[in-house]
Amino acid sequence: MLGVARRRLGSGPVLGRLAQALRPARAYSAAAKEITVRDALNSALDEEMSADPSVFLMGEEVGEYQGAYKISKGLLDKYGPDRVLDTPITEAGFTGIGVGAAYHGLRPIVEFMTFNFSMQAIDHIINSAAKSNYMSAGQISVPIVFRGPNGAAAGVGAQHSQCYAAWYAHVPGLKVLAPYSSEDARGLLKAAIRDPDPVIFLENELLYGESYPVSDEVLDSSFCLPIGKAKIERQGKDVTITAFSKMVGYALQAADILAKEGISAEVINLRSIRPLDRAAINASVRKTNRLVTVEEGFPQHGIGAEICMAVVEDSFLYLDAPVERIAGADVPMPYAANLERMAVPQVDDIVRAAKRACYRAVPMAAAA
Amino acid sequence: MAAASFTTAKFLAPVAARSGGERAPQLPAGASSSSFARTLRRGGAHHPRLRTALAVSSDVLAGNKAAHAAASNPAVTREEALELYEDMVLGRNFEDMCAQMYYRGKMFGFVHLYNGQEAVSTGFIKLLNQADCVVSTYRDHVHALSKGVPARSVMAELFGKATGCCRGQGGSMHMFSGPHNLLGGFAFIGEGIPVATGAAFAAKYRHEVLKESSPDGLDVTLAFFGDGTCNNGQFFECLNMAQLWKLPIVFVVENNLWAIGMSHLRATSDPEIWKKGPAFGMPGVHVDGMDVLKVREVAKEAIERARRGEGPTLVECETYRFRGHSLADPDELRKPDEKSHYAARDPITALKKYIIEENLATESELKSIEKKIDDVVEEAVEFADASPHPPRSQLLENVFADPRGFGIGPDGKYRCEDPKFTQGTAQV
Repeated sequence: MLGVARRRLGSGPVLGRLAQALRPARAYSAAAKEITVRDALNSALDEEMSADPSVFLMGEEVGEYQGAYKISKGLLDKYGPDRVLDTPITEAGFTGIGVGAAYHGLRPIVEFMTFNFSMQAIDHIINSAAKSNYMSAGQISVPIVFRGPNGAAAGVGAQHSQCYAAWYAHVPGLKVLAPYSSEDARGLLKAAIRDPDPVIFLENELLYGESYPVSDEVLDSSFCLPIGKAKIERQGKDVTITAFSKMVGYALQAADILAKEGISAEVINLRSIRPLDRAAINASVRKTNRLVTVEEGFPQHGIGAEICMAVVEDSFLYLDAPVERIAGADVPMPYAANLERMAVPQVDDIVRAAKRACYRAVPMAAAA
Repeated sequence: MAAASFTTAKFLAPVAARSGGERAPQLPAGASSSSFARTLRRGGAHHPRLRTALAVSSDVLAGNKAAHAAASNPAVTREEALELYEDMVLGRNFEDMCAQMYYRGKMFGFVHLYNGQEAVSTGFIKLLNQADCVVSTYRDHVHALSKGVPARSVMAELFGKATGCCRGQGGSMHMFSGPHNLLGGFAFIGEGIPVATGAAFAAKYRHEVLKESSPDGLDVTLAFFGDGTCNNGQFFECLNMAQLWKLPIVFVVENNLWAIGMSHLRATSDPEIWKKGPAFGMPGVHVDGMDVLKVREVAKEAIERARRGEGPTLVECETYRFRGHSLADPDELRKPDEKSHYAARDPITALKKYIIEENLATESELKSIEKKIDDVVEEAVEFADASPHPPRSQLLENVFADPRGFGIGPDGKYRCEDPKFTQGTAQV
């Protein structure tokens, strides 16, 4: 599995192509600084390790290799091998060690080379980390961050392309964050490291190289984002689109296209999958009366299902149209590039769904 | 250091393990020679015989009498002996009471009792300081008691009461105590081993990076687990990392020969678990887990080694549980002669005999300890029975470290600010 990840590091053309596809077509003032998501994560790690000596990073290739995706670049030189630990390829073992260290006063950051490998360690995430504070009646808290790339990558097949947001968001005792931009990445990772509870931090490999504008406030070492709060990425009045991670970029592109056709879409970047910002979602739906949920993961029992229920419970009478759910196809990720493209949501899918919600297109069943 | 005659343990230094062929056991650094002036019944050359011996279930015990009879100087002081005796009797009586209470419906779910294995818990844990950690399994009541968690808190936890050591939120298989550094009972096979290794990692980190060391050396973690766990990958992963990073941990295998109904000999390609220590470069020790003094001597060496920063030790304690796997286990696969064989080697009876023979205490002094423990256990039951059930409001507490931090409600406020939260009726 190491080989796969390493090979993917050099996939310049793929990343480049996606970079173009992903870049939000929004005009920013020329004065704004831009940093990549990778640098945002790296600087957040660096600052939090510098601020608190009980914070340490462990995982495969985080040290001498400088991170399989270079997120931990330079940290070994700065903090030494005591605090940047290269582990053997033993997820169950080192994840449990991280959890035990958190039980006993440290604040570990466990990097999974990809979240797919967290399956080898899920017992420790669910049973040892998420439940201990409760089982011990508050005596044993577990301040730990599990982080790494999540979701579909490109061309790596079923076992390396999967979104774990819904999996972990199911579990009480975990907090689940999914950053989109550089601001999200910095602010949420710093919040996760400072948080006293286990946090699942779902990054996206295809966003690492993307640059986003950041304010001076975001670059300040005290910057931190609240866990459990969504961000309205774009104001709108006709339809609400919820998304997280890479899909926020797609939703913003869809909103641009919809705007040209006279539909004003409000895009919510969830940021926090658990706790879910039901208030922000409901407030938006009460304004637009229409909802499209977007996620890369499998549809059944997914984030979209949960959001739909949150709206049905709290704002049912405000809905003017059935909720539309855009999700990954209900199949293991195919390898072939054309099939792979069909298996994950595309911008066009979001546009079509929004139009259906606004009764500006024929329903899918009729179209088929 | 204890008398030589009690040392039947083997320490195998890594070099010896790698030498192949006739292995000469070597002393680990810092061990006094007396620890190794042993009656080594199991040299490498006798390996085939050993397998056969294990197959009839009790090779460890062969020759034990001779070793015992040869004892001349007591291995423990009177105070130590009485402390060990009291702890073992507490463990035994507490568990017997648990069985009664379980059958009376006072406790529920899976209850795994420790009867017969007391020498391991007592022999190891009584050597620890408060700051040292214990990580246990689902068979964790007695480890909690040995570490100093009051019997009434453990009993109340088993009764599911608010006064339990985890306010009734943990239960039989999940005993935690922050003040005692009891980092949990773990209900899955192998799950506790990485957690324990992590606690040991934290101790070393605090010593070396945070400079928060105690003058006596590193805080030590004991990881307890059974023979069945030694076939699980997490065991091997952690032996590797613990030795790689020289962590202050002792891996204590309570080999009671049975993983529920799976005989150790039917489950493990090489039943000598201690040999896996040298395979990872750490000492592996085999000790008679039915003899608390032998366990204690081995434990002392392993714990001191860890405290000095010399790394982990794997200790295999060959022991036996006198009851089924859990109180729900019909226990039909273990042969009656095997059970009676080990029943005759009851570690508490053996210690009692030793204490009397060595004139460390009189029969009536031991009786008064037994009486005292009867009262402690009786009081624990009364306390647990009289204690209140957890209030409804407790349901939603402790999911996160901040009791308010249960997430943000539909109104954008913390759910705990919802008046219904404390009544347990808030939407979760």
